[in-house]
Amino acid sequence: MTSNRDAADAKPIGELQVSIWRGGDDGELQTFTVPHYESQTVLDVVTWVQHKLDPGLSYRFSCRVGMCGTCAMTVNGRPRWTCRTHVSRVASHGALEIRPLRNLPVIKDLVVDMAPFFDKWRDGRGYFTPSQAGSLTVAPVDGNSPARKLASAAIECIGCAVCHAACDVVAWQPDYLGPAALNRAWTLVNDERDNDRSGHLAAVAVAGGCHGCHSTGSCASHCPNSLNPTASIAGLKREVTKAMLKGEL
Amino acid sequence: MSTATVTPRGGRLEAWLYILQRLSALVMAPLVVVHLMVIMIAVQDGLSAQEILARTQASSIWPVLYGLFVAAAALHGAIGLRAMVREVLTHHRTLPDMVALVFIAAVLLLGFRAVAAIA
Repeated sequence: MTSNRDAADAKPIGELQVSIWRGGDDGELQTFTVPHYESQTVLDVVTWVQHKLDPGLSYRFSCRVGMCGTCAMTVNGRPRWTCRTHVSRVASHGALEIRPLRNLPVIKDLVVDMAPFFDKWRDGRGYFTPSQAGSLTVAPVDGNSPARKLASAAIECIGCAVCHAACDVVAWQPDYLGPAALNRAWTLVNDERDNDRSGHLAAVAVAGGCHGCHSTGSCASHCPNSLNPTASIAGLKREVTKAMLKGEL
Repeated sequence: MSTATVTPRGGRLEAWLYILQRLSALVMAPLVVVHLMVIMIAVQDGLSAQEILARTQASSIWPVLYGLFVAAAALHGAIGLRAMVREVLTHHRTLPDMVALVFIAAVLLLGFRAVAAIA
């Protein structure tokens, strides 16, 4: 994992004071002194602490290359994917404060319960409804159609919950579906193969749905994949309005 | 597209409130400009009740414009307030609606009372 950092040729370029959240929701910060290496990521730091100082430190990661979305944490006050966040970019005067993601229950240390997050994907009807159930033929999809372009612009979500943690409306309104679930719904609304467009729109037009968004754009400014859930939600509001006026909802 | 699917209903209220809030904003935007322009252009000899009444009673356009203004502001403000109350008091299901209804009733009452006074 970060064994390259332990190699004899890796020389620290300084020292970091790293405060890490320990315990559950009512836990507290614990400070560690960690060697600072060049090109070190925040995930490297957390791993170093677990390997060298406290094997009881709990955190999640999988791919380490920004694909899986499991290692998101709050770093110096902002939600980030830690495997692709270089310490040199975020450390403030040699200090790091690493907490679990906001807006989700803390299980232990840096591990949050992701169930409420993905429950909202389900509640927002973020699942595909086939138009040709049981068919073995592949539906032709024009990659250049306007709807497909909208779907493609929002499809690369890795489910890291960084946007969910960054969103103030999620913090204020627990039943708000949140930017990730609504962004997912937007991709399906624009998927010509999906057979329940009005079902997707109805699922996001409820209290706690797309109309709760204040368009403050925190999700878009924090999304590690540079997606724009704010724009997706604005699109949902637009399409819900059109469907209402056409009597389809 | 032949597969029957179950479409969840509901959500009409939220969508309609969203539409109404945007429409009321569309109504209010030009009225705010008219209101401010009148303040800046029409008031020539200091602000006095006589001058205002002389202008507003001279034409039925003014009571109609301000009546529209009151209705749009009451609607727009009540819908916005409902969202704010819901975010602050998340555990209350009906309180946001009740606060919004009281707000719209109060603004309509006070607003149309004022419109009647300048008509």
